[in-house]
Amino acid sequence: MATDLNILSSNINEAFSGKVVSLEERLGELTLVVGARDMIPVFTRLRDDADLRFEELIDVCGIDYSSWGSETCEDGKYLADVEHEGPRFAAVYHLLSVTHNLRLRVRVFAEDDSLPMLDSVTDIWPSANWFEREAFDLYGIIFVGHPDLRRILTDYGFIGNPFRKDFPLSGTVEMRYDAAQRRVVYEPVTVEPREVTPRTLREENYGRS
Amino acid sequence: MAEIKNYTMNFGPQHPAAHGVLRLVLELDGEVVERADPHIGLLHRATEKLAEHKTFLQNVPYMDRLDYVSMMLNEHAYVMAVEKMAGIEVPLRAQYIRVMFDEITRVLNHLLWLGASALDLGAMSPMFYTFREREALMDAYEAVSGARMHAAYYRPGGVYRDLPDSMPQCEASKIHNAAAVKKLNENRQGSLLDYLEDFTNYFPQRVDEYETLLTDNRIWKQRTVGIGVVSPERALAMGFTGPMLRGSGVVWDLRKKQPYEVYDRIDFDIPVGVEGDCYDRYLVRVEEMRQSNRIIKQCIDWLRQNPGPVMSDNLKYAPPRRESMKQNMEELIHHFKLFSEGFHMPAGEVYSAVEHAKGEFGIYLVSDGANKPYRMKIRAPGFSHLSSLDEMARGHMIADLVAIIGTQDIVFGEIDR
Repeated sequence: MATDLNILSSNINEAFSGKVVSLEERLGELTLVVGARDMIPVFTRLRDDADLRFEELIDVCGIDYSSWGSETCEDGKYLADVEHEGPRFAAVYHLLSVTHNLRLRVRVFAEDDSLPMLDSVTDIWPSANWFEREAFDLYGIIFVGHPDLRRILTDYGFIGNPFRKDFPLSGTVEMRYDAAQRRVVYEPVTVEPREVTPRTLREENYGRS
Repeated sequence: MAEIKNYTMNFGPQHPAAHGVLRLVLELDGEVVERADPHIGLLHRATEKLAEHKTFLQNVPYMDRLDYVSMMLNEHAYVMAVEKMAGIEVPLRAQYIRVMFDEITRVLNHLLWLGASALDLGAMSPMFYTFREREALMDAYEAVSGARMHAAYYRPGGVYRDLPDSMPQCEASKIHNAAAVKKLNENRQGSLLDYLEDFTNYFPQRVDEYETLLTDNRIWKQRTVGIGVVSPERALAMGFTGPMLRGSGVVWDLRKKQPYEVYDRIDFDIPVGVEGDCYDRYLVRVEEMRQSNRIIKQCIDWLRQNPGPVMSDNLKYAPPRRESMKQNMEELIHHFKLFSEGFHMPAGEVYSAVEHAKGEFGIYLVSDGANKPYRMKIRAPGFSHLSSLDEMARGHMIADLVAIIGTQDIVFGEIDR
């Protein structure tokens, strides 16, 4: 597997010279970072090139990096200790090549933090359809060119992007059936936020003397 | 000439064939499905967000509740991700126990699928028979973990405890008198392994019985042959994995192709379909139960001969033994730290996948060095499968749509997460 990954990484470097922002191997997994502008040609070639042939898109996952390395938790939200540097949102694509029995992870950062936008890969892999809807729903990442970008997991009429780090864990509204009005009503949430185990970071090799 | 109009119909979420809380908005031309728009999320609990607020150990029980008919397989993907990230060595015996329970879980899942999808298509009896066998396997779950379903048995570093030497016994009640209970307890006199060996001996005949009911059944074939055909190319493009992909004739099984734990030491075959229709996927799953039975047998043989530890001795990640914790200060501190603050993971990211009963179940774990995951993404096989429902159902009748939902083996715990 390790030699396969070496061959794969040299193939990728060769195929996408100048477009590779970074390519690193850790724990037997290869992670490629490409710029948002290059993503469509890179993904198309990853699928079609005979040496790469990633014919299956396994997963698309949104990430919010705003509170990376922070311990601050207020009202069920994770907030940054210091202002986060670099782009806040990214989409992570997990690709699988059935032909070569290889996996690849591709990370694409969205450049604009206030309106994160990425190109949709639904034309390359139809399976991206729902995964992109999910990342749009939970993180507010807009996938340009998606045929049907609607919310998917949250409630009808939901406001906000619940998986952003500054969205409280217990949400903002709660729902109950009101017997007097004989319908379901939404009210501001009454759950008190609490964190049983605080989030803590330790220096490397803590407690391993 | 009469004016013919398409109409839109709501299917579910409270519908027995919706397998939980699937809501479909169907556009119909007479009885033919023109478009099927699944509305999901009615069971969304934000497991991934909750995981960001829990320590790595506290997250294990959440995994059981994802795909709630194959509990330990979900745990397996998660604990493997944690172990890979932290570099924890798992004792060989624990790996065999995990493989054995993975296959027990796969049988549990396929039994439920077989009963439920046959019920959807009007065959009532398989449900009763499959639940009889599920009951036997759930007793094995209970014996080993104390819980019939949500076991939380796999832990980072191994499994919670070794296999028990005795099985819990049934007791007489209003329903079962003493004589009936004596018969029920006949195969529970020895250890868990004896009980499971008895199961593996009679189970193949039980599978034959289900096949007698369905495989050559004219009605079953009329309802499944040629329904929901997916070509191998489309199956890959739509992100199919597991029996759905193999039913279309793609030879792909993570247990063989990217073996984890001890699957490379075990002898078993992968069934593959030809046509890619509902009937082929049925045959693939039935054969998988037989193969799982073979794997369980081999694990039982190995486990009988090789006693040993079932939990890593790396005290930074695995709890110390209870006796030493009571007598030794160092171990007491480790125990306290593990169950209060939890362990810390090195910063980085990892993706670990298992061949789940439904397909590829993966956990993508991102850590920034804290005692909680920074981001955990659950790659649920059913999510991709359900997203293809529109394409698979187009042009079929409503009754065939039910067959397609059945063949996809939909469980909402994992799709909505």
